[in-house]
Amino acid sequence: MVYKFTKNPEKRTLPKAETMAKWMKRNLFSTKTNSVISLFILSGLLKIITPLFNWLFIDAVWVGDSATCRKASGACVAFIKEKFVYIIFGPYPREEIWRPGLTIFLIFALLWWSKEPSRWSKKLIKWWVSCLVVSWILMSGGFGLSLVENSQWGGLPLTIILSFIGIAISYPLGIALALGRRSSMPLIKSFCVIYIELIRGVPMISLLFMSSVMFPLFLPEGVSVDKLLRAQVAIIMFISAYMAEVVRGGLAAIPKGQYEAADALGLNYFQTMKGVILPQALKIVIPPSVNTAIGMLKDTSLVIIIALFDLLSTTKASMKDPEWLGYSVEGYFFAALIYFILCFSMGKYARRLEVEFHRGHKNREVSI
Amino acid sequence: MSNAPIIEMNNMNKWFDDFHVLKNINFKVENGEKIVICGPSGSGKSTLIRCINRLESHQNGKILVDGTELTNNIKNIDRIRADVGMCFQHFNLFPHLSILDNLTLAPIWVRKESKKAASELAMHFLEKVKIADQALKYPGQLSGGQQQRVAIARALCMKPKIMLFDEPTSALDPEMVKEVLDVMVSLAEEGMTMLCVTHEMGFARQVADKVVFMDDGQIVEEAKPDEFFDNPQHERSKEFLSQILH
Repeated sequence: MVYKFTKNPEKRTLPKAETMAKWMKRNLFSTKTNSVISLFILSGLLKIITPLFNWLFIDAVWVGDSATCRKASGACVAFIKEKFVYIIFGPYPREEIWRPGLTIFLIFALLWWSKEPSRWSKKLIKWWVSCLVVSWILMSGGFGLSLVENSQWGGLPLTIILSFIGIAISYPLGIALALGRRSSMPLIKSFCVIYIELIRGVPMISLLFMSSVMFPLFLPEGVSVDKLLRAQVAIIMFISAYMAEVVRGGLAAIPKGQYEAADALGLNYFQTMKGVILPQALKIVIPPSVNTAIGMLKDTSLVIIIALFDLLSTTKASMKDPEWLGYSVEGYFFAALIYFILCFSMGKYARRLEVEFHRGHKNREVSI
Repeated sequence: MSNAPIIEMNNMNKWFDDFHVLKNINFKVENGEKIVICGPSGSGKSTLIRCINRLESHQNGKILVDGTELTNNIKNIDRIRADVGMCFQHFNLFPHLSILDNLTLAPIWVRKESKKAASELAMHFLEKVKIADQALKYPGQLSGGQQQRVAIARALCMKPKIMLFDEPTSALDPEMVKEVLDVMVSLAEEGMTMLCVTHEMGFARQVADKVVFMDDGQIVEEAKPDEFFDNPQHERSKEFLSQILH
């Protein structure tokens, strides 16, 4: 089913502009207790923000080398500038970094294009598949591009590929597992239950270890499966178990009457799920699915233990440069900033989706 | 068309675990007949009509709908469901779809009609239940009475031979009952075979060919509405009527 969306017709009407002073009086200093609490919190904020601001801007070294940084008391932004390419692109050959750069650009451009639900169609899925194929060629080479082993991939492209592909594939897998778990067919049901409980019952690190250390032992001599691919599969397996439980929560929230109405109309199982149950259930679970997705994006940093250089690993590696020792705070700050931007945008987008899908239920409020 | 009854139940029994809900039901509905089923709550009325489109399965005995026997055979169940429309106490519209999409979903997917044909049919029935101007709204934006009329139209879009109504007015505010009953009356006048579980005795008198009174999982009395209301035969029927008619 293709959803057609018109722009939200009921634009929220904002109250008339208030002067700053009036707003503060009404919201911060309306009573004595309120004023005390407000002052207390404001002074606390001031204590945190001032030194942070000084560190990051006033005392910071934006231009210079490690010697200049050592003399200053503030943040060494010069370190980030120096190591920027390595942190973002990892050990990828320097002269070829336009390739991962273009890959990231393509993925983000397509993400931006896909954000409107009105554009969701089968054609868009084809666009995504082609985008991934093109990204793969860009990253690994071929067609006239020099070959780059994926052990040399790293940084942001690796984090993006592992987490986005992981989430994209495990979402439908999770739906299938959740439906399987509620199935009345005992074999399917027990398979899904065992899978979900088993995978959820172990830490992701152990799955990654198994994929990189144990799995090759089971392969016949001479056969090897790419390490990145193994990690990706482990991540997909892990996320899908979590997604399955999230989706199951949504399925459980759909009243029995919806199934009965669909049955009475003669819809079969798949039609009922596709047309009636899943559109409602998936809408309900937007917040917890995004929660899982955000968690997973950050968990991809665990691939460091099987020697894949994701964003956090490249950041750590940069700190080991003997010339720039001692700037780990800056490094972590920068990595955290990138993770924050990614996760915050996901959360923000999810809230927008919630509002957009929230139609026709005038009795239920969505809090933003 | 043959003169065989369109619905036939022979010695039908149903249990919910240990609870014997329907006991030895023998029951026939002729084509075009309008039947009102009444009785105290828990007497098995709803379960009885839900057995007809297999929302509930019976454990023994036989149910024939339009010549097809209801068994676990999925094909038969699907065929029967396509021929039997149903309206529920709580409407059960699909809240994420517009009224029009609610009506066209099953015709397009089950009857494989074109989107255009399905929409035209949907608008035809929406006109009929006097709600065509709301076609692009969502169920949550309509009143209870309007929603129930949409539910009736939705069932009609599947061109059913039989309509089942499971207490269609029980969840409505009093002032909305009439608009739904009016639609049901006009449907009855067109000759639709109808089975209604309802406590609307005025409706029963006006349109029913037969009133079926159930108690404790059994059919206690079957009679023409005038006979049933004016001269009930059984103790339980008398008691029930005295309670609801005051």
